[in-house]
Amino acid sequence: MAGLIVLVTGVTRYIGSALAGRLAEHPMVDRVIGVDAALPEPAARARMGAADFARVDIRNPLVARVIEAAGVDTVVHASASSTPASSAARSMAKEMNVLGTMQLLAACQRSESVRHLIVRSTGAVYGASSRDPAIFTEQMSARSVPSSGPGRDAIDIEAYVRGFGRRRPDVRIAVPRLADVIGPTVVTPLTRYFALSPVVPMVLGRDARLQLVHETDAVGVLEHLAVGDFSGTVNVAGDGTITLAQAIHRAGRIPLPVPSLSLDGLSRVMRTVRMGGFSPSQVKLLSAGRVLDTTRLRERVGYLPRFTTVEAFDDFAASLRPVLGPETVRRVEVRLAGALGARPMPDVAELVALAPAGGSALEAADADAGAPADDAARSDNDFSAPGDEQTYGRPRLVGITGDAAGAPRRRRTR
Amino acid sequence: MPSTEVPRGNGGETPKPPATTPATIADVTPSTPAIAPAAQVPAVPIETGWKRSLANTLAFARRRMTGDYQVDDFGYDPDFTDNVIVPPLKVLYEKWFRIETIGMENIPDTGGALLVANHSGTVAVDALMTAVAVREHHPMKRPLRMLGADLVFSTPFLGPINRKAGNTLACNPDAERLLSMGELVSVFPEGFKGVGKPYSQRYKLQRFGRGGFVTAALNTGMPIIPVSIVGAEEIYPLIGNIKPLARALGFPYFPVTPTFPLLGPLGAIPLPSKWIIEFGEPIPTDIYAESAADDPMVVFNLTDRVRETIQQTLYRLLLRRGHPFLG
Repeated sequence: MAGLIVLVTGVTRYIGSALAGRLAEHPMVDRVIGVDAALPEPAARARMGAADFARVDIRNPLVARVIEAAGVDTVVHASASSTPASSAARSMAKEMNVLGTMQLLAACQRSESVRHLIVRSTGAVYGASSRDPAIFTEQMSARSVPSSGPGRDAIDIEAYVRGFGRRRPDVRIAVPRLADVIGPTVVTPLTRYFALSPVVPMVLGRDARLQLVHETDAVGVLEHLAVGDFSGTVNVAGDGTITLAQAIHRAGRIPLPVPSLSLDGLSRVMRTVRMGGFSPSQVKLLSAGRVLDTTRLRERVGYLPRFTTVEAFDDFAASLRPVLGPETVRRVEVRLAGALGARPMPDVAELVALAPAGGSALEAADADAGAPADDAARSDNDFSAPGDEQTYGRPRLVGITGDAAGAPRRRRTR
Repeated sequence: MPSTEVPRGNGGETPKPPATTPATIADVTPSTPAIAPAAQVPAVPIETGWKRSLANTLAFARRRMTGDYQVDDFGYDPDFTDNVIVPPLKVLYEKWFRIETIGMENIPDTGGALLVANHSGTVAVDALMTAVAVREHHPMKRPLRMLGADLVFSTPFLGPINRKAGNTLACNPDAERLLSMGELVSVFPEGFKGVGKPYSQRYKLQRFGRGGFVTAALNTGMPIIPVSIVGAEEIYPLIGNIKPLARALGFPYFPVTPTFPLLGPLGAIPLPSKWIIEFGEPIPTDIYAESAADDPMVVFNLTDRVRETIQQTLYRLLLRRGHPFLG
C-alpha cells in the first residue's frame, strides 16, 4: 500500500502545524499538505518540518482542486472547533468553523480520492449544566443545548459531518471531541485567562471541575486517528480533573470570586486599568464543569494521553510567573507557625519538588521552633536510616531521590 | 517529535490507572500527618496537642493556597471534606443528636453498595448524618457518595460544596458509575416529598420515585442496604408551608416551623432530638437475570420490598427510642 497523502487544515495554529510536522515524519505517510488562509509564522513553519504548505482558504472552492491535484486520501480538519485566540473574533470564528467545515466537506464529497476524514470537535458539544451527569460518555448528548458559542458550532459541525457520512459511506470518519487544550505553546482564551495577574476573576459560589488535554496529546491523538483505523466519535482528555479555584492557585494566582452579574463591569474596569481583559461569557462557561469519559479513547482507539489534567496544567503553569508561588505560601506558613509558637507541619512535597530550597526551609522551621530544635533535629537524624544524614546535608539529593520515588509536585522540566 | 512509535501509548508506556479512586487519594493526601512516614522527613519532629492542630490547620491552608490537593472525576475532595465539612458535623452527630447506629456490620468493608434511606426533617440533615456515620463509625471509615437533587447542584455555594463532599446528581449514569467503581452510594428516593412533608405525617414513607435506584443496583449487581433513620423528623417540625413564597423563590416548599421564620436566624438551630440509624440486611441484586433492570415487575417488587423494610424498621425503632428528645 502506498503511503498516505494527508491534508491538514489550520496550520497557522499550534495543533495544525505540529500535527503536519509529525505526520510528515510518519513512516506511513508519503506527503503532508498544510493549508490555511494565512501564511504561518516562522515558528509554525518550523514545526511543520517537511510538510508542504498551500495558502488556501478552506471556504474557497480552490481547496477542492488542491485535494484533487495532490490525490489527498486523508483529510484532517484540525481547525474545526478551534477556539479563537482573540475573543473579539467570535463571528469570524463561527464563519471559519462552521462555513469552513461545510466547504471542506463539500470538497471531500466531490473527491474520489478521499478515504479518511478526521474532524476535530470539542467536549463543548455536551454543554454543561447542573442537570447533566457528572461524566459524559460519547453516547450522551447535551441536556441543555448550548444556544451559541463554540459548543453550538461544534454541534452544527458534527451534524454536517454525519450528513457527509451518510452520503459517502466509503469514507472512514473519526471525530475526536477534545477537552480544553492547554500547554506552554498554545494560545487560547483559557491560557490567557489563567495568565491574568495577580487576581483571576471567577464566578462567586461556583467552583467547577475542569478537564484539560495537553497540546502534545491533542496533536498525538489526531496523528493516531489519521493513520489508525478507528471510526466514530471519541472523547479526548487527560485523566483526572482539577477545579477552577485549584487551577488558579496552582498557577500561583489569587482567585477573585465575583457575583456573575458584576463580571461585565469588572471586565471593563480591568481593561481600563490595563490589567488584562477577559471575556465574561467565557468565565461563566468555565463555571459549569464538564468531565469526559475516556474509556473509549484508551480501549478502542488505543491512545493513552501522556499528561493527566493536573500535569498538563502544571506544564502550562510553569510557563507563567507565579504571583503567589508555593515557596511564598510555605514561607508565610512557617513564619506564622513560628509566631504562634508551633512547629509547622513538614511539607514532603516541598522537600521533593523544591530540593534546593528544602534544606533552608527546614532550617528555618527549626530556628523558629527555638533552641531545642537543633537537638531534636540531630536526634531524629540518629533514628533515620544510614545515608539519610548525607541526604539531609545535601538537599539536592533529596530532590533526586524524591523524583525517583515518583511524587514530583510540579513538572518544571520543559 | 519523531514519530517512530506508531501506536503511541501502546508501546513502552504502562497505562495510567483510570480516574484515581478516593481511597488512593486519601492515602496520598497528607491530611493525617500523624502517620506520615518519619523516614521521608527525618529532621522535623511532629507537634502534639493544640500546637499540632494549629500546625495542621496552617498546613491545610497552605495546601488550599497552592492548590496542592486532588479531586476525583466527580469533584470529591477528601482533604476539604475531612478538614472543613466533617468536623462541625461530627459535633452535631455526637453531642447534639447523640446518634446511635445499629447494623454497621451490614455495610461491606470493600466494594460497592447502594444505601437507600428514608428522608425527613425539612432540611436534609439526615443525609449528612448518615454520611458522618459511615465515614466516622464504620471500621473502614468509608466515604459515602450521596445522590442529590438537581436543585442542590444548581444552587451557588451549595453545588460546589456538595461536589467537594463527593456527592453527585441523582441520575442513573452517575449512580451506576460510582457503584461500579466500588463506592458506597446513598440515595433518598422520597426526595423533596420526604423532607418537605408536614410534621403530622412523620415516619410515614412517601412514594419511592420511579425505582431508578433499583435499576442502578440491578445494572451493576450491587446489594441494596435499607437504611432507617429515626430522629430527623423532629429537628425542624414542619407545621406550615408558604407556597407562594416557595414558588417565587423557586424552592419546592417554604417551611414554617415553631421557630422559623418566627425567631429569624435562631430558627435555623435544629431541635436536639435523639437519633437512631439502622443499616439493614443487604438485599442482593446479583441473583436476578441480566435483563432484570428492564423488567418493570422486578423493579417494582424490589422497590416495594425496600420500602416495606424501611417502614417496618422505622416503627420498631420508634418504639425502642421512646421519647423523641430524651431517648
